[in-house]
Amino acid sequence: MIEMKNKTPLLFIIAALLALLLGVFFGLFASLQYIIPDFLKEYIPFHKMRPFHVTTVISWIILCVTGSIYFFITHIEKLSLYSKKLSKLHFVVFIITAIGIYVSFLSGKMEGREYLSYTPILTIPILFGWILFGVNYYKTIAKNVKNWSVYYWMWATGIVFMIYHLCEAHFWLIPGFRERFITDMAVQWKSYGSFVGSWNMLVYGTAIYLMSKIKRDSNLAHGKMVFFFYFLGLTNLMFGWAHHTYIIPMQPWIRYVAYGVSMTEWIVLGHIIYSWIKSLSIKDKQEYCMVYRFLKAADFWVFINIILALLFSIPAINFFTHGTHITVAHSMGTTIGINTTILMASVFFIVQKILPSFKTTTLFIKRSYYLFNIMLFLFFCTLLYAGVIKSNWMYFTKDIHFSEMQDSLFTTYIAFFVFGLGLAISITTLSLTLFKALFKVLKSN
Amino acid sequence: MFLRYRIIIIVLITLFAVYNICIYSTKESSTFIKLSSQAVSGQQLWQENNCWSCHQIYGLGGYLGPDLTNVISHPSKGSQYVKAFLNSGIKSMPKFNFSEEEKNAIVSYLKHIDSTGYYPNYNAVFKPTGWVELKYKYNDRNEK
Ligand code: HEC
Repeated sequence: MIEMKNKTPLLFIIAALLALLLGVFFGLFASLQYIIPDFLKEYIPFHKMRPFHVTTVISWIILCVTGSIYFFITHIEKLSLYSKKLSKLHFVVFIITAIGIYVSFLSGKMEGREYLSYTPILTIPILFGWILFGVNYYKTIAKNVKNWSVYYWMWATGIVFMIYHLCEAHFWLIPGFRERFITDMAVQWKSYGSFVGSWNMLVYGTAIYLMSKIKRDSNLAHGKMVFFFYFLGLTNLMFGWAHHTYIIPMQPWIRYVAYGVSMTEWIVLGHIIYSWIKSLSIKDKQEYCMVYRFLKAADFWVFINIILALLFSIPAINFFTHGTHITVAHSMGTTIGINTTILMASVFFIVQKILPSFKTTTLFIKRSYYLFNIMLFLFFCTLLYAGVIKSNWMYFTKDIHFSEMQDSLFTTYIAFFVFGLGLAISITTLSLTLFKALFKVLKSN
Repeated sequence: MFLRYRIIIIVLITLFAVYNICIYSTKESSTFIKLSSQAVSGQQLWQENNCWSCHQIYGLGGYLGPDLTNVISHPSKGSQYVKAFLNSGIKSMPKFNFSEEEKNAIVSYLKHIDSTGYYPNYNAVFKPTGWVELKYKYNDRNEK
């Protein structure tokens, strides 16, 4: 059992799990409105629920990966953190900002855009938190580690680009900038694409870290191949965002570059995990049973999403899928299927490290795990189906009103809600189990 | 090895910087028009009221309501139609309480959006390479 002197990493993870639970239920309520538009409109209007949902689930990813990184460098790598105080301050800043965001939502002050719809002032403390993290991380690693493994690079890259793209997402606050509508819109979606790319750097870095630890093979994170893939991923983060915006009438060269670059990204992680699973011994698998399972699930979801992403990075296909639920299927497939599974693996790994008596192979956990994957698969397929119907409506029918198309999807939306509910239940049981273990550690120390 | 990686990173970041500067500063088109101050306040209302959570512009946004890119130039829709919708509270759309001035601002914003291009881009040309050549609105304007 690891002595927990510095509990900040665990606090991050507990906050993350809380955000996950909350976020999933916000999503569930929001999706209800697809089925019964009038019923809940007054009390929990969709346009209020959606920002709650999106911001909260993004917080799950951010908080969990941050807590994991703090935990790995201090408790597994045993590096002495440059400043424990800064890490505590980082946590406090994020929590206070989170409260600020909810206050901003509840009071109806949502002047922001899409994924960052809270009042823009709150981006300042968020940036401050990231800078604290960046400084602490860099000072700790630069002092103690000579030959950086690929995950150290990935985490560093993730932090730096997160800061940059958070700023870029707010360029619209510059008056001259927002007056140029097309540029403004393109840059907004560029920043979101790369923002996701930045947290992917953090999450994929975590996946590679876990794999190299379970296998006790540091080559996994040092070889030329992994670095090749890291640079490929970075190139994508920088230049591959534009398949989100093929359809905006930007200058064609921007779209050309994106097309060229964006065909590569997904092979990256898929390849690494694939070769890892092939070479894993039975004993490793048993020791970290749930960690292994979740990483295997991530691998499955990488493959599914590779196929989808590669397809709709081709402009001729993107033309038909853009603006439909197929895009949603992709974002749910990646944030839940890939990010959440990797982060679940990370939390299971951490719990097993700090509480070896914790049993992860119970029937209950296994069932939750299977429920999670099956429900996600059905959820994903429902969205694909809805997307096909919408695309067909947009391009191959005439004079059918939008609301008729929506009405024809009624049963599909019910299925969407039911599978979402199943997903929510499995996430709840998994998170509560992990909660219990983490609280036990907090109390016993 | 470490040094080589650093060099690659520096090269990538330099390219990224140049690329960004190009993107931030390219002119959209020869006939490009700035958002008017009325349209900017329309945009503000669009953001404050989270219209984007249900509606899309160029297919980006929410899925509960229809895309509004070309609602103004749609033969059977247009400014008056849009204004009529705003405070109607139809279906899942919230019942807003916009003043005449606010309605005009939103219409002005939507008008501007409409003038920038087409979505869906029905007249796009498909190439065998998988490329799609979009139909741009400003080309039309130049031709006229
Ligand atoms: C909660 C979701 C929601 C929000 C928020 C919302 N709308 Fe709507 N809106 C709808 C739906 C659904 C329809 C389609 C109603 C129908 O035709 O059945 C619609 C229709 C419209 C239409 C008519 C479009 C057409 O082609 O027929 C306009 C214009 C419009 N909304 C503008 C706005 C504006 C401007 C805002 C923000 C101030 C806004 N809406 C916010 C859901 C929403």
